[in-house]
Parts: sequence; structure tokens; C-alpha cells
Amino acid sequence: MMALPYITEHTGFTGTVYATEPTVQIGRLLMEELVNFIERVPKAQSASLWKNKDIQRLLPSPLKDAVEVSTWRRCYTMQEVNSALSKIQLVGYSQKIELFGAVQVTPLSSGYALGSSNWIIQSHYEKVSYVSGSSLLTTHPQPMDQASLKNSDVLVLTGLTQIPTANPDGMVGEFCSNLALTVRNGGNVLVPCYPSGVIYDLLECLYQYIDSAGLSSVPLYFISPVANSSLEFSQIFAEWLCHNKQSKVYLPEPPFPHAELIQTNKLKHYPSIHGDFSNDFRQPCVVFTGHPSLRFGDVVHFMELWGKSSLNTVIFTEPDFSYLEALAPYQPLAMKCIYCPIDTRLNFIQVSKLLKEVQPLHVVCPEQYTQPPPAQSHRMDLMIDCQPPAMSYRRAEVLALPFKRRYEKIEIMPELADSLVPMEIKPGISLATVSAVLHTKDNKHLLQPPPRPAQPTSGKKRKRVSDDVPDCKVLKPLLSGSIPVEQFVQTLEKHGFSDIKVEDTAKGHIVLLQEAETLIQIEEDSTHIICDNDEMLRVRLRDLVLKFLQKF
Amino acid sequence: MRGGAKEQPCLQGDDWPTCAQKIMGHVEESLCSTVTPKVTQALNILTTTFGRCQSPWTEALWVRLSARVACLLERDPIPAAHSLVDLLLCVARSPVFGSSNGSLWEMVAQALSCLGPAHVGPLALGILKLEHCPQALRTQAFQVLLQPLACVLKATVQAPGPLGLLDGMADDAMMVDALLASKSSCAGLLCRTLAHLEELQPLPQRPSPWPQATLLGAAVTVLRLCDGSATPVSSVGGHLCATLAGCVRVQRAALDFLGMLSQGTSPQELVTQVLAVLLECLKSPGSSPTVLKKAFQATLRWLLSSPKTSSCSDLGPHIPQFLRELFLVLQKRLCSPCWEVRDSALEFLTQLSRHWGGEADFRCALLASEVPELAWQLLQDPESYVRASAVTATGQLSSWGLHAPTSPQHAVARQSLLRELLRILSADSEGFPRRAVMQVFTEWLRDGHADVTRDTEQFVATVLQVASRDLDWEVRVQGLELALVFLGQTLGPPHTHCPYAVALPEAAPARPLTEALRALCHVGLFDFAFRALFDCDRPVAQKSCDLLLFLRDKIASYNSLREASPNTDSVEAAPWRWRAHEQTQPQEDQEPEAVLAMLRSLDLEGLQSTLAESSDHVEKSPQSLLQDMLATGGFLQGDEADCY
Repeated sequence: MMALPYITEHTGFTGTVYATEPTVQIGRLLMEELVNFIERVPKAQSASLWKNKDIQRLLPSPLKDAVEVSTWRRCYTMQEVNSALSKIQLVGYSQKIELFGAVQVTPLSSGYALGSSNWIIQSHYEKVSYVSGSSLLTTHPQPMDQASLKNSDVLVLTGLTQIPTANPDGMVGEFCSNLALTVRNGGNVLVPCYPSGVIYDLLECLYQYIDSAGLSSVPLYFISPVANSSLEFSQIFAEWLCHNKQSKVYLPEPPFPHAELIQTNKLKHYPSIHGDFSNDFRQPCVVFTGHPSLRFGDVVHFMELWGKSSLNTVIFTEPDFSYLEALAPYQPLAMKCIYCPIDTRLNFIQVSKLLKEVQPLHVVCPEQYTQPPPAQSHRMDLMIDCQPPAMSYRRAEVLALPFKRRYEKIEIMPELADSLVPMEIKPGISLATVSAVLHTKDNKHLLQPPPRPAQPTSGKKRKRVSDDVPDCKVLKPLLSGSIPVEQFVQTLEKHGFSDIKVEDTAKGHIVLLQEAETLIQIEEDSTHIICDNDEMLRVRLRDLVLKFLQKF
Repeated sequence: MRGGAKEQPCLQGDDWPTCAQKIMGHVEESLCSTVTPKVTQALNILTTTFGRCQSPWTEALWVRLSARVACLLERDPIPAAHSLVDLLLCVARSPVFGSSNGSLWEMVAQALSCLGPAHVGPLALGILKLEHCPQALRTQAFQVLLQPLACVLKATVQAPGPLGLLDGMADDAMMVDALLASKSSCAGLLCRTLAHLEELQPLPQRPSPWPQATLLGAAVTVLRLCDGSATPVSSVGGHLCATLAGCVRVQRAALDFLGMLSQGTSPQELVTQVLAVLLECLKSPGSSPTVLKKAFQATLRWLLSSPKTSSCSDLGPHIPQFLRELFLVLQKRLCSPCWEVRDSALEFLTQLSRHWGGEADFRCALLASEVPELAWQLLQDPESYVRASAVTATGQLSSWGLHAPTSPQHAVARQSLLRELLRILSADSEGFPRRAVMQVFTEWLRDGHADVTRDTEQFVATVLQVASRDLDWEVRVQGLELALVFLGQTLGPPHTHCPYAVALPEAAPARPLTEALRALCHVGLFDFAFRALFDCDRPVAQKSCDLLLFLRDKIASYNSLREASPNTDSVEAAPWRWRAHEQTQPQEDQEPEAVLAMLRSLDLEGLQSTLAESSDHVEKSPQSLLQDMLATGGFLQGDEADCY
């Protein structure tokens, strides 16, 4: 989502973007915060000389290891954000969206965040599921819809947890314990975070915890240009929430308990550290603010303010950034650093259970999921294990999915269907031949009644519109069945032919009427009557042949 | 059967009664059946027979059937393996067969070699628990029992160091298959093995030499496989790593086993490894509450069993450093949002302080941490179990004077702990914390805690007054226990009834009886005890009865007061006033003489025997049963479906 303006605004994109409403609203908030943080500190100059490869390799790590720096872009503007968002068409869970008639696309709840989706892309006979950023844990969003993923030909699996060894429950425990220990000792806690997502769960957890830990008097500050909107938006997306929270709305109560934290003045939110916050600020306290990379945003101020005291603690909960790299520019640092990444996305055990439940015919996933992490090469449990083995792909690789499109669904017009005369060829299976015109438009196929045979125009009658179908020749009936040679010869004899000879050939038989100098070549799928210049004889023989065949 | 088989077992089937022959025929036929339930049934019949009847004729029975039982071991798969193991163990335990039954041992040896991993463990354990059994069979059984751990070690140990008894054992394909088959079979097999070894370890007949070091190594390896830190050296190891990572069930079993191994003597290097893995487990954010509880228990056992040195450091050389790290973990666990974790951490703290409260290293490490203060704060925990554990922990710490000495805030805390506990006793809405407070107060009184000895009578009076009003009968019982301790301190300890105890000369009473009784009256002990005598909860009345009997016996030993004759008319009616709940408020200080008369007037023995009968003794009497039967018979004539 955060990269959307780069796609829609800089690549000549002219299409439609489909997204759920919370995705759009929360995505807007995240981008708005990012733009605000960046624009708050405008740069007089921007350096680009270092991107020269010869210079770059002389720079200290991690700069020298950065890849494709020449493709790095400046941050987008709010105008570009708005333009990108205007191209989005809103969709709801389980809504079916037709794409050019070729496939139908359906978003499903992925259980990871408000409005987060997995997608089903299906035609009439093929189904591809795209699973990305999903969670089976009971957090605030609607639970993951697994049932709809069943019977997939291909399941594209991506967006698994970045920290497969960290159990989110254990990490929340670590978060709370370290927070309590710091605050009890008179220290402050800094939580670099995004303004939406895990923060809702953390606030809910703290809501239950602070009283039991005797920390009710410790203020919680949430500082972000979009803090207010984020907290308020989360309360209005009732239909996108888990069942428990949905039912609260009907009581009516706010689904998230952070409303109560705000009411009781335990949680206060500010757009920035300037203004009201400066007046209200008291320590020890807990501050939630961005950006989790520690490179911009209000978090920089708190790192500078609290970094020198060992009483304070910074707790990293976002798994997107290496906390060591994030801290590098602030070293030496006296404050305690705790890394408890909370990533609720699927881990490999959950994937294994999901695949057993959903049973796709094929799994396609990024290459790194098919082998243990390089740092823990013995951890065979940290990879996807499925049968048949998952098909892997690398960045920008084009894959041919392992199925062929064999069938198409064709609709048949009612009047044409009416005219069919099915014949039962096996119990329960009937067959009918159909002669029709196949009409194809927008990947939809329709069988229409065949045009009527050309009839002499009566002259006075006006042509009707439906008669516009072009005239064509009278259709010959279709024949089927086989010709028993002996009976055929007997029939010929009955009709006065004599001196008949039958020869066996590799493909069938040749019936030779010596007197008439005529050959009847009978093969499995064809019959030829060869007689020179005697049309009457040919027609007679043809009619005798047809007696042995069925007509459709 | 019994009559004919007294002298000699009747080996000939023809000599047996017809019905016995019919039963035998059916059992023999069932044992040969290809239908597993029939075989199971036959084996179960035999197990019941050999288990319950140890007459000599059972030997004849076994002689006749053993060949057919042995045939079962040759089938593939072996039918009814579980029942077969039960039968073999039952026969092996039967005294009828003696220790010389070679064919039985042969059959057991065969069973040990051909039964699947799921069934062979219980058989091996059963064999090792036998007191008389051929040594070769014991060795085989022990090897079988160790096999899963041998597989684990072989798949994960980097250098093929000494595996002890496990050397060359890990090649059993069936065992490896069972370990690799599925997560549940692997976890099940390891859990059973660890539980069997844990059961075997404390037994006198456990195999000797006991491979303590190897088993420790195996337990540590299993734990490392579970936390994902083990380094496999083979593909089997890789599979085990993937299978066991995060397996809570195996982690718990391994921690239990590890705790049990603390009883043996282990090389220091391994002890260090054990403590490291335990600390790792306690530190890990991924450890579940149940695993943490087990880890705390195992850590406690290892710490308490660590050898003490004679150097200036009173605990082992590695312990002080370990304790420092441990208390850092404990601090964090005491702040856990999960109440089970806070509870386990407090229980651990209580146990450790109970044993090590006087050790300088322990005191030093504890006081340098924030643990005492956190324990104090948990007295306010919203979870009642945690409050109860915090009460016990702070009570224990206070007994040892373990309060952080530096901050003035802590000094206040120490002084106010008694007040805080009294507040909990009188105001906490849940029973557990109040019971815990009573236990702490009783211990404090028994041990002469400084806050109590400052004014013991006032302390006892206050506590009894609050406890007597408590709705929880366990609090009231504990109040009587406290009263008993006070009584012992005032009048002298109870007489020992042990016939072998050295008879000490009667200690001189602490003070004159009248004065002692006056003190008892002053603290409201009689008021509490008499009220409790008629408590609607039987355990309270029983305890009170015991207390008053003890008091009466004590007083009887004061010869000087035996002849005292108070005005009995006025006091005889007094005890019944408590029954009639006339005493809503504690009485004014009673006169000792009046109390004595009251005590004598009561038939305490009679009351004790009445109370000793269970509340349903009437319903359980034979007469009641008969009445029930008659009544039911009258009512349910013709209703044969009834269970009577």
C-alpha cells in the first residue's frame, strides 16, 4: 500500500485498483504520516553523488551494501497520495469482481489487520488463491476466511511472519514486563511504531495490564500527525472487526478499549511534540510514536532526549526494521533496548496446518520459504513442507502456473436449448448434437440458434430484425454408427446387385460391384462410393449405406 | 480347583473340573484367534487371574497356556500388545512362579526384542521394577528403555563422545521410525521414556551403574531440540529438530526428568550446562506458563541439591552468578501479564527463600534485585491466587529479614507488612489470600518473628478477632492452628506421643497457670475456641475440640489448680450460648476459673468421637443400606432394570 503512488503516478498506470475501505483509509493515514514526517524537515539540498558505485563501495556499512541505490526515489507528496487513492475502487469481503469476463476476483478476510485481504482469482474451471499477510491469531480484525480457499488449483503463499521463532504472545508478555520494570524504576518507555495495526492490540493489552501492575497513574502518550484519526477510525470499522468487537458495537460500546483509556485520561494523543504535548508532558511515561526506523518523525526527539539515561527503555515491536541498524546512529546509548517484534502473520506451523486444511493442488511461494533461514540452517521446521513440493519463485521471475486451461463455460440460448433432443447413451448421461452459432464477446461465450435456411423471399413481406442473421446452406445431418459388411452385402443383393466381391483392407473393407464397376470403400470413420458418371447409382448406393447409420 | 491343587499342581487338563476345562478351552481358542478383541479379552482374563490368585494351580495354568501366549509374539503385527505386556508383567510379579522360571524370562526377553516402541517401554519399566529378575534381562530392559534417548543423542551430539550405556544402541530402525513417524508419535515416545526413567530413578532396584551423565546430556539435548538451539548432525537430527521445536509437552516431561536427576551426583561441567539450559528456558519469551512452572521447579531442585563449599562463598562457586541472572529473570516474570507466570515465580521465590534465606550469597543477590519490592507490589494483584502467593512470599522474605535495606520506602514497607497482611485478612474478598495470611501469621508466631514478638498478645488478639469473623472455614481452622501455637508457647509444648521418643524432663511452665490463662482469656482465645466448637463446618469444630482437649490436658498437669472449684452453676450454661449465637460480640475478658469450669463441664471426648464420624455416617451404615433396599424393593417391584 505504501508504494501505491509510485505505481499509479510514475508508471503510466491507467487501470483500476481494488481495495477494501479500511485499507484505503488506514493506508491514507500511514502515507499521510510519512509525508508529514518527511516534509516537516525539508532538505535544502539532496546528495546523490554517493550513489556512484565507485564512491558507494567506499562508504561504511550498511550504505555500501545497499542495492540498486540509483533506483531509489524521493518520497511522494500528499497530492500524489490523493491521486493514487482516487484510482481505488472499494470492495467488500466476498464481493465478486469481474475482470474482462475472463476471471472473477474476490477479496477474503486475511485476519491480519483491519480490511486486510487474501484474494481468489478464478475462472469457471480454475481457481488461484493469493494468500498474503494473514493471521490465525485472535486479534482485533475479522478472522481469516480459510474455507473459501479450499479447492484451489494453485495457492500463492506470501507475507509470512518475518520472525518465525518469536511467538507474538510471548513477545507481548516481554513488552509488558519490560515496560513495567522500567516505569517502576522511574524510567520512561519509548515504543517506535506505526500509527495503526499492532498498536491497537498493544493498547488493549496495556488497558488490562496497567491496573494489575499498579501502573494506572503512568501516562501513555500516542504522538502522530494521524493519531486522532487512527484511534477514531479504528472504532468505526465495526463490520471489519472480530466477532467480539462487533458485538460490542450493538451494546453500544466502543469496540476498542482505548476509548476508555482516552476518557480516563490515561491515554493522550497529540499530532506532534509541539503545542499541547509540551504542557501535558510528565515523566515517567510511555510514548508511542513513529517512525519505527528511527530515521525521522518524533521518535528521533525522544531518542535524543532519553538515550543518555539507563533508566529509560526503547522497546521495538515492529518487525520491519533491524533494531541494531535503527539504533546505529544513536550509539553510544545508555538507555536499555528491548527487541520484542510482534508479528502476527502466519508462521510455518500455521502454514502447515492451513495447507492441510485447504489442500491446494499446488503451492507457489518465494524461494526463501522453501529452505531454512541461512542463519539457522538446521531448522527444518522453518520452511514450507508440503506435497507436492512448493514451486518457488525469485524476485521479478515470471512463472507459468502448473495448470492448463482445458475447458470454457458456454451459455446456451433458451430457444436453442429447447430444440435439443438428448439421447441417453448411458444411464444418466444423455447426448444431443447441437448446431448453433458461437458468439464470443468479452471472454463470454454464447450459443445462439443457427440462421434459418435461405428461403425465397416472398417479396411483399418486410424483413424482421431477427432475420438479419446471414443465410447459409442447409445443414447436412450428422451420421454415426458402423456398417456391418455382411448385412450390407445381403441388402445389396436384395436390391438386385450381383457379382459382389468383398475385400478386407487394413482399415476396413472394400465392396466391389464388378458388374457396375463400382467400389464401396468402408472404413471406420468414412465410407466412399466410387462410381464413374452414374449419379443415379451413387445415390441409390448412398441411400442403402445411410440405412445402416443413425442421423442427428 | 483350589481344593484339588493344594499339594501339587494338577498339570493334566483332564483332572480339572469340567467348567474349568470349558473356560480353558475358550481361552486357548481365543488366544489362537485372528480377531484381536478376542485375543485381548483372553489376555485380560489371564491377567486378572494371575493378578488376583496366587494359588499353586496358577502355575499349571501358565504351563498350559504359555506356549500359546508365546505364539502371539511370533505374529506380525503382534496382536493386543498392550494386554500382552500387562499379562507378562503380572505373571513375572506373581510369587507363584519364583525366580527360576526360565521360560517366562525367555518369553519376556523375546517380547523386549520384538514389541514395538510404544509397548516395549512399559514392559521394560515393569521388568526393572521387579526385585528378582535375571541380570541379563535387566540389562536388556534398561537398554530398551534408553533406546529413544540414544537415538536423540546420536542424532545431535557433535563429537561421538562417551554415550555410556547408550553406546552402539541407536541403530534400532523401528525406534528411529517411531521417532520420525509423526510429531505426536515422537512426542509421545519421548514423554513416556522420560516419565519411565523418572519413575525408575529413585527406586533402590534401579539399574546400577546409573548413567547419570548420559541421561543429563540427553535431557539437556531434548530441551535444546525443543527450543530450537540443538545442532543436529544427521538427517534424523534435522527431522527431530523440526518435529520437537516448540513442543511444550516434551519440554515439560524433560524438565520434570531433569529436576529428578538433580538427586544424583553429576559432573560440574554438566551441572553448568543444566543451569544454563534452565536459565535459557526461564528467560525465553516463548516459554509457555506451564513450561515456566516446570522450569522453576527443576531450577529449585538443582539449586537446593548443589553442593555447598567451605569457602567464604557459602554456596557453590557458580551459584552467585547464576542467582544474579536468575533474579533478573524473576523480576521480569513477576511483571508478566500472565497471572500463572507471576504465581509460579512467587512460589519459586517462596521455596528458594525458605531454604536459602540464611545464605549470604542468596541474600546478597536477592537484595541487589528488585524482587522483594515486586513481591510486595503483587499483594495488590487483581488475581487472588497471585495475591495469596505474594502473601506467602513476602511473609517468608520478612521472616528472613529480606527487605531492600537502602531505600527509606522499603523500611516503611517492612514495618507496614504486618498492617498490610492484616488488611488483606480483614478486607480481601477472596479466600486464598486470607488463608495465606493466616498461614504466614502462624509461621511468624511459631518462629518468633520480630513484628510479632514486639507484642505477641496484641498480635494474637487482633488476628483471632478477625479470623473468627471470617466466612471461610479454612481461615477459621488456620486461626485455631495459630491459637494452638500460642497455647503451646504460653503453657508449654504439647506432649509427644511417640513411644520411641526420648522422654525429656517436663519443662517448667513459662508462667503461673492463672497468669497464662488470663493471657489466653485476654487474647480472646477461649471465645474463639468455644465459638468454633459449635461451628457449622465440621473441620473447624474438630480442630477446636482438639485444641480444647490439649488445653484441658495441659491444665491437668498443673496440680495446684486441680482442686479449684468454681461456681459451676453459673458457667455450665455458658458454652451453649455460643451455639445459640448469643455471642455476637467477643466477651469481656473472662475469668480463668470460669473458663476452667466450662472446660470441665464439656464432654469433649464425646464431641470428638461424634465429629470424627463422617457427615454421611448415617447414610453409609449397613442399616441404612438395608432400609434403602427394602424401601426400593417395595417401590420397584417388578422393575428389574433398576441397579439395586
